[in-house]
Parts: sequence; C-alpha cells; structure tokens
Amino acid sequence: MKDFLFKPFEEMTDKDYETIGFKSGLEIHQQLLTSKKLFCRCPAGKYSERYDAEILRHMRPTLSELGEYDGTALMEFKTKKDILYRINRESVCTYEMDDTPPFLINNEALDIALQCGILFDCSIVDELHIARKQYLDGSIPTGFQRTAIFALDGKIPYKNRQIDIVQMSIEEDSCREVSDAGHLRVYRTDRLGMPLIETVTGPDMRTPFEVAEVAEICANLVRSTGNVRRGIGAAREDVNVSVEGGTRIEIKGVPKIGRIPHLTYNEAMRQWNLLRLREELHRRGITKETFDSKVGDITRIVKKAHYQPIRTATELGMVVKCVVLRKYAGLLRWQTQTDTYFSKEISDRVRVIACLTNIPNNIHSDSKGDTLTSADWQNIKRAVGATDDDTMVLVWGNEIDTEMASKEIIIRAREAIVGVPSETRQAMRDGTNGFERILPGADRMYPDTDLPPTRITEERLEKLRVNLPEQFWKREKWYRELEIPEDTIRPLSISKFAELFKSLVNEWKIEPTLAAVVLIQFPKRLKKKSVNVKILDEEMMREIFRSYRDGLLSRDGILIAMKKSIEKGNFYPELLPRQITAKELEEVISETNDELTKEKLYNNEKRKEVLLGSVMNKVRMRVEGKIVASKIN
Amino acid sequence: MADDYKGYSGKALSVLKNFNALVWSDVQITTTKGNYKGIILPRSETADPFHIVIKMPIGYNIGVAADLVTDIKIRGRKEAHYKIPEKDFPYEPNKPKVKLLGTGGTIASRLDYRTGAVIPAFSPGELYGSVPELADYCNLETEKLYGVFSENMGPDQWKGTAEAIGREIEKGVDGIVIGHGTDTMHHTAAVLSFMVQNSPIPIVMVGSQRSSDRPSSDAALNLMHSVKTAAESDIAEVMVCMFGPTSDYYGLLHRGTRVRKMHSSYRSTFRTIGDIPIAKVSKDEITPLRQDYKHRRKDRNVKINIAFEEKVSIVYYYPNMKPDIIESLIDNDYKGIVIAGTGLGHVNKPLYPALKRAHEKGISIYMTVQTLWGYVQMYVYDTGRDMMELGVIPGENMLPEVAYMKLCWALGQTTDQQKVKEIMLTSIAGEITEREPSNGYLIYQGGLPEVEEFISKYVK
Repeated sequence: MKDFLFKPFEEMTDKDYETIGFKSGLEIHQQLLTSKKLFCRCPAGKYSERYDAEILRHMRPTLSELGEYDGTALMEFKTKKDILYRINRESVCTYEMDDTPPFLINNEALDIALQCGILFDCSIVDELHIARKQYLDGSIPTGFQRTAIFALDGKIPYKNRQIDIVQMSIEEDSCREVSDAGHLRVYRTDRLGMPLIETVTGPDMRTPFEVAEVAEICANLVRSTGNVRRGIGAAREDVNVSVEGGTRIEIKGVPKIGRIPHLTYNEAMRQWNLLRLREELHRRGITKETFDSKVGDITRIVKKAHYQPIRTATELGMVVKCVVLRKYAGLLRWQTQTDTYFSKEISDRVRVIACLTNIPNNIHSDSKGDTLTSADWQNIKRAVGATDDDTMVLVWGNEIDTEMASKEIIIRAREAIVGVPSETRQAMRDGTNGFERILPGADRMYPDTDLPPTRITEERLEKLRVNLPEQFWKREKWYRELEIPEDTIRPLSISKFAELFKSLVNEWKIEPTLAAVVLIQFPKRLKKKSVNVKILDEEMMREIFRSYRDGLLSRDGILIAMKKSIEKGNFYPELLPRQITAKELEEVISETNDELTKEKLYNNEKRKEVLLGSVMNKVRMRVEGKIVASKIN
Repeated sequence: MADDYKGYSGKALSVLKNFNALVWSDVQITTTKGNYKGIILPRSETADPFHIVIKMPIGYNIGVAADLVTDIKIRGRKEAHYKIPEKDFPYEPNKPKVKLLGTGGTIASRLDYRTGAVIPAFSPGELYGSVPELADYCNLETEKLYGVFSENMGPDQWKGTAEAIGREIEKGVDGIVIGHGTDTMHHTAAVLSFMVQNSPIPIVMVGSQRSSDRPSSDAALNLMHSVKTAAESDIAEVMVCMFGPTSDYYGLLHRGTRVRKMHSSYRSTFRTIGDIPIAKVSKDEITPLRQDYKHRRKDRNVKINIAFEEKVSIVYYYPNMKPDIIESLIDNDYKGIVIAGTGLGHVNKPLYPALKRAHEKGISIYMTVQTLWGYVQMYVYDTGRDMMELGVIPGENMLPEVAYMKLCWALGQTTDQQKVKEIMLTSIAGEITEREPSNGYLIYQGGLPEVEEFISKYVK
C-alpha cells in the first residue's frame, strides 16, 4: 500500500485525500412537512417525552432466501435484548406498535416526495411498491421499515461536474433511543412513522469538505419546496466513506452537516490505519491460518485485585476472563482515529454484541495504566500461558455475556488480518465514530404484502410540476444578474418567498434589492426583536408590497407594516395610517421646528438632521423619508 | 406455459411476450424515460395490466409502465427456489412426545422474499430451523392435515382434525398442538371441545397475528408456549394458546368453549368471555389461574364423536329485521337456528309468526346474546316469555358461535328435539357456566384515571 501517514485534520490537503483514494457518498434523510404520519393517521411532528404505557418486544431474525441469517440479524440475535417502547397515546396508535396493519400511503407525503424527486431531475417510477427493510435493533417495532423507491437516476450540478442522485425512497421514520444498557434497550415512539425521504448520492465526493457542501446543496434544494421539516433531527445524514483498499463504511445519523468533515476525515484515517495494521500483522507473520488465541478463566487469580471494576465484578460473583491474542503485543495501542486506538474497536464490539455496557468493559496488557499491579499481570500471564509477544485482554461480567465477549474479541482481532470489516458506525460528538452494527446484506429487503402497489400517473406529476419551485441554482444565476446584495442570494433562492420575489420584480417592477432586503433581511431583524416571523406568509407580503406599489405605504413603513401584520395575524390596508398631505407635512415641520428652538442644541450644525429625525418619528409610514428631507432642505 | 408470464395481462403481457421476457428473466429495460435493470417478478393477479414489476439489484421493487418500454434485453435468468433450511429436530428419549397438527394459517410460514408469497414451514426440521427453542420442551412430530386459510375451515376439516386427534391419543402422544388461522380459531376450538370427549392430554390450538416472516412476529413465542403446554401441562382440555398482553411477555390458555377473537389485528386478540382463563404460560412456567380444569391422565380413553349437521345457521338479530330472514331458513330446510338476540335475548314481534312456524316444522331454535357477556334470561320481560312460548330455547351463557357449533353437533346425533335440548343445555366442556364471577367481565374503559394508572404501571 502507499506510504502515507495521516496528518492532523487542518493539515490534510486535497492532494492527500487523492493519495488515499478518498471516496464518499451521502444518504440524506429529510422529514416531510405533513399533518399526519405515513401509514397511519397519527399527527406528525408531535414530540413529547411523556408516555402513558410501555410495550415489551423481542426481535427474532428471519432467514434469508439463501437459508442464511443476515449478518446484522445474527449479531442482533446474539445480543438478545429486551426492547421496551414508550408510548404516548397522542402521537402513537396501534399501527406503530404493529398491532394494526398499515393504512394506505399518505398522499400528501407522496406528493412532497415526488416534488423533491422532480427537483433532483430524477425519473419518477411508474408504480410504487412498498418494501420491508429489516431492522432488528428494535428501532421499528415491526422489525422492518416500510420503504419504497419513487425516483431514480437524478443529478445536481456541483463545481464543474455533476453529482449523481442514485435513488430516492419514501419511508417511515424510526424510534428515538432513550437508553441501551445491558440487555435492555428503551425507545421513545413519537417520531416513529413520520414520513421522510432518503436521497442517495453516488460516491462522487473526493474530500470531506465536498461531502459537506453537497449535503448542503441537497438540503437547500428540498427546503426550497417549503414542504419539508426544519429543526433538530428533521434532516439526518448517513455518510458512506471508503479509501483505496478499504471498505464502504456507513456512518449513521449525522445530525448536523457541520460535523461531516471531521467524521469523514476520521473514518478515512481509521480505514487507512487499519490497512496499515494489516500490513503490520502480515509482517509479524500473522495470517488467517496462523492466527492463534486462547481464553482462560482468571476469576480466582484476580479476586483480590485492587482495580475497582474487576473487584466489584468478583464480589458480585461474576467471572473474569482473559483472552490471549498471540503475537499481538502492542497492537491494541495502534492508532485508528484521532486519540482513538484499536482497543476501541474491541471495546465497542464487547459493548454492543456482548451487552457489557459498563465502561470500561475491558483492560489489556498493551496499556496497563493504573489497573492491575504488575504482580497481578505476571500471575495472569503465567496462568494463561502468555508470552511477551502476546496481548492479554481481560473482560468481566456474567458467565454468558463474558463468554460472548471473549469470542467477539477474538473475532474482531482476527478481522484485522483482513482489513476493514463491513459495519455501520455511529457518529460521536468528538468527530470520531464507533461501531454500531454489522453491515446488513441485500437480503433484508422483501415486499410488503400488506399494501398494494400505487400507480403514479403523468397527470399527478404534471399537477406537481406546476407548483414546483425553480431549482435554486437557476434562481441564483438570475439574482446575480439583478445584482441584489450577495448575502441575500442563497437565503432568497431557497426561501418560501422566492416565487413572490420573482413576480414582484417581473410583474410589479419593484426594485430587486428592495424586494430582496424586505423578504430576507427584514424578517431577520424582526426575529431579533422576538417577533414570530413564521406567521409572515406570501399573501401578507404580497399585500404589503401592493400597498407600497400603489403609494399607500412608504419604504420606511414596510418594516412596521410587517410587524403589525404579524401582530394582527393578517395584513389589512386599514392597518396603514393615511398618507399625509403636503400641507399637513408643512405644519408638522414648522411645529417640530418650534419645539427644537425651545430646546438647546449642543451642536447646531446637526440641526437639520435632528429635525428630520424628529419629523420622521411623527410621520413615519405616512410619507417617504426623502420627501420630508427635501422639504426640510 | 401459463406460469411463464405469471400474473401478467393486457398491455404488460403483450410487451413481455413481444420481447420474449419471461418471469424471472434478468433484464435491462429501456423506456422513453429511463433504463432499469432487474429481475422480472410475477405480478399479483389483482394488480393492473399496465405495469411490469422488477426487483432491482438493491432489493427494491418498482413497477415500469409497459407502454413506455422500447426494448428489453435479457441478460440471464434467476428463478427463486425458496427453501426453508432444515435441521434435524433433536431426539431425547426423556422428553415428552408432542404432535403438531397443521391446518393452515401463518403460525409456521416463511415469506418468499422475491414474490411475497407465503411458504409454510412445517416439518419438524423446518420448525427447528426457525424456532430451535422448541427442542427444549419435547420431541416433536408434525403432520400437515390441511393447508387452508382460517375462513375456509369447514365440517370436513373439523371432523378430520377430531379424528386425527383421536388417532394420536391412541398412539400415545403426551400432548397435541394444532396450528390454525386465527380468524375462526374459536369456532374450531368449540367444535373440537365437543367432538373430542374425555381427552387424557392437553390439546392446544395456536396461531399468530403477525406472520412468522416478521422479526416481531408473535409466532415463535406462541409456538413455544403451546408446545410447552402440550408437553408439560396438567390441563387435559381443548385450549387456545395466544398472547395475553400485546407485549412479548406471556400467553394465556383459554378454555375452547369460552374463548373469542376480539380484535381484528391485535396480538392479544383472544379473550376468555364471561370467565377467567385457565392458566398463564411463559417460556419457563405454566401458572394455573383456576383449579377446576380436567387433569392429565395416563389412560387413553378418549371418545371421538364427529356427528355434525350442516343445516344450522346463526341469525344476528337487528331492529327492523323482517320475518323473511327466518322464512328463508325454514324454506331451505334448515334444522337449527341460533339467534344472537339483543339484551337478555330478544327479537321484535313481527318475527313471532315465522319463529312459530319454524318451531312447528321441527327446527331447533336457541337464543344467545349478542352482548357476548351475560346470560340469556328470557323470563324477565314479556318479550322473552312470549318467545319461549313460541319454542325458542334460552341458550344460557353459551357464546353464539359456540352454541352454533354445539347445535350442529347435537343435531348430527339426533333429530329428537327433546334429546337435542338435553345435549344443548348440559354443559360438556365449560360452554355453560352456572355462575359468572365478577372478574369474568372486564373491559377497562380508557381515559379513567385509575385505568390509566394501571396501564402505565404494568407493561401491557
């Protein structure tokens, strides 16, 4: 393999990523803004931690058509978890709990999905078939997710190339995990069944930053419909990463695009370093054939040890086992990610598969630290027949779990000989990732026999196209020609007001910069004053602009009109003060001038400015500022 | 061959024929709006004639509009031969011998991943491959009697099942499990309770509400519970063994004559009506909830009586019912009528002449209540008294379906109305109880604070 050592994140160049053959693709999950869930009539988007009842379930793997258990299925079966669902009656019915078959697919959701498919230039499928995709972690009580492909073969422009959109599916969202300790996993079910779309890109991104940029573009595109959910958890990315010689690894559930660069960097590093570890193992003469390990029960030997976790375990009558990995000395300290070592790969497996969830769940002889005394280590070494070339890994817990843990440690150590095992991994806050589960196979898809196929007619698509927003990159090109302020371009292009902007400029001939500033920056200003700008809709803004166009509202009055409209929940022309007559204005000016004369001004040179300000305070919204200014001068 | 284009018709069929693209062909389809790769799947007979279904390499299926297809290139053929993996069911001489009789239903089946068709898993080897825990309880033998959906069970199947039970008991099995679709499981449970008399061993009916191809299916646990009951329990009766709560927690053993399916889809759909279940069963233990059950015996003195008269009907009374409903039964030579009446067992006056005529023609008429809970008490109101005068016989607290099965069975044995009445009103298998305990009627009303507290406290 190429002679390349990973550098810190900041020092990595595009060239470096090219050297290691960095490749990445995205699977973007975006919740749709519907009033109800996808396959039942529960309200969507109603989140609450309160629950009224709990239901207990277990997941059993079903055999694939080849008569083999799917890799994930086998792993989940090994873990044998009790799965407890917390149910809030307001957001969950008997469908989500798998006690009622699905209702027909929510057409509101399907329409939004189809709109997104068209925006990505996809070809829309003629007939939708619902599939069941198995998930045995319990995140969906049925044990599978209902999902259907509705669009294929799309693309978006990026730099000087294009990013492929491989496929888009519409599916139901899963539960939120509350806790996972020992053999009990607890889920909250409020999010379960919410409609979402998954957009899968090709493995077309070449650096961690490109991945984030493309994620941003995709997110903006679907947001421009105004029909997708916003806020925490409404959009989540799964990121696929591989390096040359590595394996396609999926990092699940990245909640923020900003975290993608570090996560993909660390995964690339992990794969690269695992490949280097493989070389090191080969150098030591360790192959699949020569790999050697053994397990010994050392409960008796460490019974009196001072290391607290082991001491507590033995006092509770648990067992302690030692796994000897022949010729692995030092390798558990092999760096995999930033501040993360190969030992983490082992610890993760022990935690997830053997359910030894109290961390630390193991210690090892490559990093003795403040654990056992050297005398203890010597005794263990003698008892299990280890040499200085070997690594000893100690695990503790009940008999069954510890047995499982020992086996998993050997399995994971052995996989290092092959390189990067196929897994899905979870995103950590520090930018590294941890083992989540074995990568599921293609055999976990099968047709949903509960629901008939749905025909998607050309008439339906035609109706959707009429109301479709323009792709935002096309809008941006036009905005640049109009020379509106740079900082309004992107927000406006994906804003719910983008179509309004177009008609204001084209039909009503409103100055583009004014329209852009009013539509994008004014709401921000109001928001800062804690005004609920969500109430502002296209109709309100159109009426405000109509009054402006007809000379009933001054430029300066727009912001106040917006604020008042929000307060009243609607815009009425009666909200506006009557426009002032020239005579009235003169009276106000003279009256204000008199007032100023009575006050003593420190700086008489600024008298005109002060006068203008005071007059404006009295006549704002009733006359344009520049008219007042011309009168004063 | 008809199966070459299985399920296709109209435009889709003509396009497939045009390109000679048979079902299971691995193809590349070119259309005016895009290209697709995948395997052509059979199409459901009820689906429209406009689309071709393909399974794409990623495992998803889509339908391609046939009229947009311009070309189909055939790259190969991948026919699915779905087979359930078999493992030899282990034999241990000390374990009880259990016989599983299959009649159909989804308790033991696998889904064909490609077509969605359900394939029954049934041999001991297949069952062991799917639910290896069964070997902890017994040595299992299986026999497939029928492969029909629950709603298609009928007199022939009931008689055949009763006879099969008789044979197995004589052969010396320690317990019998009957796999059955859930929709009419309580009908079969009732009729078997009458046809199989004096069984020395447990006869356990079981099914599943979620087919066994789903990871969250109740099938495996129901099978474990029922097999454990058949192998180990002391209860020598016909029982239904299904989920107690909707959680994967424990099963309930319901007496075959007092049980009813009460929800169209819940796992915990079976309830004992007007009484309490016989026992609770988990993977580890069987906990009797009452002591008055028939105990397991060593002898083999079972009596099988498969008498059955098919010309019996249930009439579910509704206000405004016209006498022609009854008249048509009389004119069509029905021998027995079970009425599910309102309240304590009532129908309207316009029906009286028809009922009178039926009685005079020798038709046995029995009254049950559509409230399901409670007794027929026709002496309370004049209406009831009038009807008894007309020859309508109160069926005590027999459930309507149970009374129906019993009347079929009684009329199969005799046409003497008096003898029929003796059979009907003598409780044989708990179908009539002398008293209704106060916890025999419990339908908690959601929304009440104390009920909500109960639900939140206990895993349901």
